[in-house]
Amino acid sequence: MSIHKQDVPAAYWKENLSLMLKLLAIWFVVSFGCGILFVDALNNIQFFGYPLGFWFSQQGSIYAFVGLIFFYVWKMNQLDRKYDVHEE
Amino acid sequence: MDTQTLIYLFVGVTFALYIGIALWTRAGSTGEYYVAGKGVHPVLNGMATGADWMSAASFISMAGIISFVGLDGGVYLMGWTGGYVLLAMCLAPYLRKFGKFTVPEFVGERYYSQTARVVAVICVIFISFTYVAGQMRGVGIVFSRYLEVDINTGVVIGMAIVFFYSVLGGMKGITYTQVAQYCVMIFAYMIPAIFISMMLTGNPIPQLGFGGTLDGTDTYLLDKLNGLSTELGFNTYTDGTKSTIDVFFITMALMVGTAGLPHVIVRFFTTPTVRDARKSAGYALLFIAILYTTAPAVAAFARTNLLTSIPNVSYAEVPSWFKTWEKAGLIAWQDKNQDGVIQYTAGAPFEGAPTFAKDAGVNGERAVTNAPTANGNELYIDRDIMVLANPEIANLPGWVIALIAAGGLAAALSTAAGLLLVISTSISHDLLKSNLMPNISEKNELLAARIAAGVAVVIAGLFGIYPPAFVAQVVAFAFGLAAASFFPAIVMGIFSKTMNREGAVAGMIVGLVFTFTYIVYFKFINPAAGADQWWFGISPEGIGTLGMIFNFVVSVVVAKLTSAPPAHIQDLVESIRIPRGAGGAVAH
Repeated sequence: MSIHKQDVPAAYWKENLSLMLKLLAIWFVVSFGCGILFVDALNNIQFFGYPLGFWFSQQGSIYAFVGLIFFYVWKMNQLDRKYDVHEE
Repeated sequence: MDTQTLIYLFVGVTFALYIGIALWTRAGSTGEYYVAGKGVHPVLNGMATGADWMSAASFISMAGIISFVGLDGGVYLMGWTGGYVLLAMCLAPYLRKFGKFTVPEFVGERYYSQTARVVAVICVIFISFTYVAGQMRGVGIVFSRYLEVDINTGVVIGMAIVFFYSVLGGMKGITYTQVAQYCVMIFAYMIPAIFISMMLTGNPIPQLGFGGTLDGTDTYLLDKLNGLSTELGFNTYTDGTKSTIDVFFITMALMVGTAGLPHVIVRFFTTPTVRDARKSAGYALLFIAILYTTAPAVAAFARTNLLTSIPNVSYAEVPSWFKTWEKAGLIAWQDKNQDGVIQYTAGAPFEGAPTFAKDAGVNGERAVTNAPTANGNELYIDRDIMVLANPEIANLPGWVIALIAAGGLAAALSTAAGLLLVISTSISHDLLKSNLMPNISEKNELLAARIAAGVAVVIAGLFGIYPPAFVAQVVAFAFGLAAASFFPAIVMGIFSKTMNREGAVAGMIVGLVFTFTYIVYFKFINPAAGADQWWFGISPEGIGTLGMIFNFVVSVVVAKLTSAPPAHIQDLVESIRIPRGAGGAVAH
């Protein structure tokens, strides 16, 4: 399938936005969801020595943030090449 | 060698290192001075961002604060890390592609308006000075505690060091000194944390020891801590006391504020490519996360240590670190029921910070003259000792204490330098070059930047020596204002082609004025007004989130009612969305 020249930026941008929104949804769920809104409910679950909600608030959300950024970097590098907009 | 000599040695060696790096990386052009010539490797930029971001408050105070509030401390942990996700995905790559020098420059060009640029400059200066005052004070405190010099002398020494490498090296000098400062800082933080984790849980990794069992037993550390807390009348450590809505709004304000802070954003202007800007945000958060996942572990360890070794122990039998820090005025004990035993429970022991009497009390303690409160608590503990006293609590050798002193200074100096640079560039580049003196030569612009940095160092130092009473109160300002002003303006500038000058300026002004007024009202004009008068139960710390929402709403409505931005601006937005074509520093 060939991509028309003038459609490239729009298609690239659309795919970028969709990736970003999915990752931001995870960002929201691990921090505001698990670490704040549902923290009391999750605290009834034991996760190693931690109540689970407390773990999300003080450890898990931060690990997730780091993972999210590196995943985004990796996917965007693929996307840049797919649409041939990467830097030399 | 005794501890004092070691402290002088460590601090002296690290200072010599910073000065050496500054000499080696002198900036010769505005491109080097403003954005290090856009040639910083993403891993090094990540480290520099980490040092830039983690201030004296992160290094010294954060673990202590968490230690006293338990679960609610997650506000800072999530709030001060989650913003990097927004930076990496919504701001950094696009601003790098834009390829200029400062945040007001982006705002001014994207919104084709000098007014917008000047509003942005004012925000930058206000936010950065608020922040830097606290750093200089932090430098003074570390000096006075560890090097036994007067706080003011400490501030002057700190000023001289920062002046030297920020004025000489600009962004280039700051970046490479920050890399060194990150290494000093993280090493100084991890060593005591690892030893204490070993001591309490037998696990050398604090993040694992935190969720592990106490050494030689089957009891989980956190279960033990919860048990001790409730037994002594404190809240359960792993449960919160703040309302959910307030925690939500504060966390959001800190995250969005982080992503809107100019000294953080500008770091992503220094990478060679767009791809590196994204990667660099990942490394920055990784390096920050090492400290931020250790801090809550340190908090829980220190709290457990404190609650097992102090309450209901007679003053004659307290461990030696207790008396060391009592001497420093960070611990105070008022024997309210005169039984010679330390009672420690919830509530303030007496009114305000301790003022010590000349003579010792009956048990040999430093007697305090404060009026006692009605509750049964007899112990005052400054939160900072949770990090500062850790090496002594764990019986670590003198060089670890020396390392903490060098680490605390590294944390404060690196943040101060980053902030001062942002202040100096917004004056020389955004005010002089673009507004007042457009024909200024590059050489003179560079000179102006250096003079501005010098003046800013002196003003920051004066704030450190004569701290305005409001310094501790205004941290909420920096984050709230960044969240309510820059973040929406920049994000809409990238993600909406139709957002125009009128919308952005109106949004920034509404966001700023609203947030500013709310904080000033509840912090200064009517501090007696309690939580029951807050809007929707949102504290001044969290109000930036609401300011941000107002900014977005007003911008969109005003933009709908006014004319669309000109075609060349829409083309600019198209072009910053595509990585290809990001060149080196743009000469202008």
